[in-house]
Amino acid sequence: MSLAPAPPAYLEIRDVVKDFGSGSLAVNHVSLDIHKGEIFALLGSSGCGKTTLLRMLAGFEVPTQGTILLDGQNLAGLPPYLRPINMMFQSYALFPHLTVWENVAFGLKREGMPRANIAERVEAMLKLVQLQKYGKRKPHQLSGGQQQRVALARSLAKRPQLMLLDEPLGALDKKLREETQVELANIIREVGVTCVMVTHDQEEAMTMATRIAVMSEGKILQVGTPGEIYETPTTRFVADFIGSVNLMDGKVVVDEPDFVEIDCVYCRHRVGHGITGNVGMDVAVAVRPEKIRLSRTRPDGEVNHVKGTVRDRSYFGSFTVYILELEGGRRLKVSESNVDRHRADAPAAGEVAWATWPDTAQVVLTQ
Amino acid sequence: MSHRPLATSFFDRMHAHPLFRKHGRKAVIVVPYVWLLIFFLFPFFIILRMSLTDMEGVVIQPILQFKEGILSLAINVNHYLFILKDDLYGKTYLSSMRYAAITTFWCLFIGYPFSYFMARARPTAQPGLLMMVMLPFWTSFLLRVYAWKGLLTEGGWVCRLLVALHVDDLLVRLDLIPSQGLFMNTPFSLTIGMVYTYLPFMILPLYATLSKMDLRLLEAAADLGATPWVGFWKITVPLSKAGIIAGSMLVFIPCIGEYVIPELLGGPRTLMIGRVLWDEFFSNNDWPMAASVAVVVILLIIVPLAFFNKYQAEATEVRT
Amino acid sequence: MSLGRFLHAMGFNRLFGRGWLVAGFVFLYMPMAALIVYSFNQSPLQAVWGGTSLRWYRDLARDRELITALWLSLRIAFYTGLSSVVLGILAAFTLVRYRRFLGRTVFSGMVNAPLVMPEVIIGLSLLLMLVTAQRWLGFPERGLLTIWMGHLLVGLAYATVVIQARLQELNKDLEEAATILGARPIQVFFLVTLPLIFNSLVSAFLLTFTLSLDDVVLSAFLSGPGATTLPLVIFSRARLGMRPDINAAATLIIGVVSAGVVAGSLIIARNERLRAAEIAAAQRA
Repeated sequence: MSLAPAPPAYLEIRDVVKDFGSGSLAVNHVSLDIHKGEIFALLGSSGCGKTTLLRMLAGFEVPTQGTILLDGQNLAGLPPYLRPINMMFQSYALFPHLTVWENVAFGLKREGMPRANIAERVEAMLKLVQLQKYGKRKPHQLSGGQQQRVALARSLAKRPQLMLLDEPLGALDKKLREETQVELANIIREVGVTCVMVTHDQEEAMTMATRIAVMSEGKILQVGTPGEIYETPTTRFVADFIGSVNLMDGKVVVDEPDFVEIDCVYCRHRVGHGITGNVGMDVAVAVRPEKIRLSRTRPDGEVNHVKGTVRDRSYFGSFTVYILELEGGRRLKVSESNVDRHRADAPAAGEVAWATWPDTAQVVLTQ
Repeated sequence: MSHRPLATSFFDRMHAHPLFRKHGRKAVIVVPYVWLLIFFLFPFFIILRMSLTDMEGVVIQPILQFKEGILSLAINVNHYLFILKDDLYGKTYLSSMRYAAITTFWCLFIGYPFSYFMARARPTAQPGLLMMVMLPFWTSFLLRVYAWKGLLTEGGWVCRLLVALHVDDLLVRLDLIPSQGLFMNTPFSLTIGMVYTYLPFMILPLYATLSKMDLRLLEAAADLGATPWVGFWKITVPLSKAGIIAGSMLVFIPCIGEYVIPELLGGPRTLMIGRVLWDEFFSNNDWPMAASVAVVVILLIIVPLAFFNKYQAEATEVRT
Repeated sequence: MSLGRFLHAMGFNRLFGRGWLVAGFVFLYMPMAALIVYSFNQSPLQAVWGGTSLRWYRDLARDRELITALWLSLRIAFYTGLSSVVLGILAAFTLVRYRRFLGRTVFSGMVNAPLVMPEVIIGLSLLLMLVTAQRWLGFPERGLLTIWMGHLLVGLAYATVVIQARLQELNKDLEEAATILGARPIQVFFLVTLPLIFNSLVSAFLLTFTLSLDDVVLSAFLSGPGATTLPLVIFSRARLGMRPDINAAATLIIGVVSAGVVAGSLIIARNERLRAAEIAAAQRA
């Protein structure tokens, strides 16, 4: 939590609703405050309304209700070509009949910028994305990664107040995606433009964004930094959506200001912090797989461990994932980093093992 | 960061105005719509009106008259009655539909395997094959029909070939030609001319549909134990349904009212409604009669027309 | 092993396929070949080969009626081509971009119907309409203008099909990208959409041009005194019997068209190959 007062919101989305008339609302009373210079991600699976929201920012859809303010200016009634906003499309949407240079210059020409200035700006943009020598090429003569960089240069050329990214890395293969994620985020931060991106890929959101909003069925479930979203999810959905998680249902049996104990069917949790709630409340305890450790020996104490049989063991190179089957059939997913090249006491499939976790590992969820 | 100026020019303000934005779109729709209403739909009403009146010399009698305080409506259905009564018209309509159906059948019979093998040829060869199918289509159809006259009259290549192969005996037996060696101006020559002219119209939508078919479906069928024959009938044919229907309608409907081919290659025995219409109009100068004949033709083709409208979009659709 | 599989294994399929294609092409091209061969026939009788000669071509050069008709047909075809493309763009846009508006099915039906309607019906109905218009408004006189109207009706249908197909496969993102970059709707159309559908516009033009040049029935119904098109001249001569001068004219037409189609196809094929090579090179880089 920052100590300085929050800067005024640069992009204010106030109670926006979009109804396509199909019964349920595509965007259901969404309000967001996005700060200048942020890279803000809208994360969710398809159909959650994130793309509709993005398109409303661009002006391609008109909100049924609600207001959108950019730097204090109400965007209502402004068509896309009059908004100081630019968008990068998943398909890049480079004009196939124009050269790279002409593509980047397109928006500047529409603005009525004098020729000399256009040339200067285009050169600067191409330099930014390291494609200076490719000015005369046509889009089909470029690779996927290069096309993406042209799309980026084109959308930054006009120095927009807000940039929208629609699944920016969706079209790339995995290796390229990892490299590009970092590169893209760096360029955007270097330029300093405020950015709203839409993605269904959590890794993308976590790597690139300064803050994330998790969306589902048109609503915002949680807004926070990647760390906050991952380590302190506020709902089951968010906990489950981001990364892997073990969710255990249970009842609060001890409620103290600095710790609580929760009784699940097969184990007992002791959580090292207090919660707002009381004894007898039904909650879910979320523990991430990487917070759990497996051992062959029974740990001490009565809390924060459970016994089971290793049903599955998958080797991923840098880490190993175990599926531990507990009494009653419940499964626990455990992920251990392969710190040791040859770990002697790693449990094998079929063996009995104990899973333990510290009392700082759990997140208690009431929703 | 540059702050973009807001709507400044007149053009901008015009575009920003919601009224213009709605009307801009309307203008695009309205122009062709109105044009079609005037030149396509409106004439049909005129034909209908014309068919319900009569000609006295060269003056067309009005339907609605207001004379001496009396509003009289005179709908003359005599032409329709005549069509219904007169044997010749009924026979001609049926004959036209029969020729159209036969032509469609032969076009499908020849054209389907043709399109199929074209679509299965090497991808590099396909554009060339397509071009070779299109080439005759681009050259004048009138001249090509006329060419058949030369081929089928005595001494023509095809005439001599058919006689040499004794095909003419068979054709006489089938009552397609009156006697041996006489191929012109017969049902046979008309059918050949029509099939020849309309074959590309069948091939193109079929090829469009077949070339878009996912061949992996056939592989999957083969995996499941289907022979190529079964694969063809149970997968390829049903999937090309839209193409078959579009192609068939593209042949059947215009064939019914075809005029040029029956005129050049047909004879006294080949009754086609297109010729009847033409003769009523140009030779007899009986406009109301021609109009009535036309209205009946329109009624006959309305159902196939609706069919075509439904399937043609599907057949030529590009899957994105 | 079933008969089907046996035959397939023997390569029967491929042989049969090739055979069918060859037979089909022979069927399609034989009449044209006959026309060309006999245009060089010294004898005016088809049945008799009198030796090779260019006399019919020489006669053609002096045939005033034919040449005047050709000139008229070319002009009408040109107007038809242009107007079909312009109206076709509007109609195609309407059908592809505007999914819901009042009377869309009627509109779609009206645009598609001329593709299949028998020409005698279209000709008669248009003529009656034009005569009525003439009575009420005093114009138009039957002639070039009326023939053009008829050809435009059919041309619009064909042009719309061609342009519509291309518009549908156009990536919609492109127009949105142009819009968000500051282009007004009209600018989007002229700067982005039009260049990208340009090939289909050329196809539509050539298609409607050819159809207009070739039309008999509509021209017959809609022409007036002094407005005789080339097909009408050929048709009236052909009705009377085989005429060798028609063969000569036919050969010339076939020659010109073939040259155009082949050249066009080669150019398109070459561009495709170049493009594919460039894309492949870019992927490897």
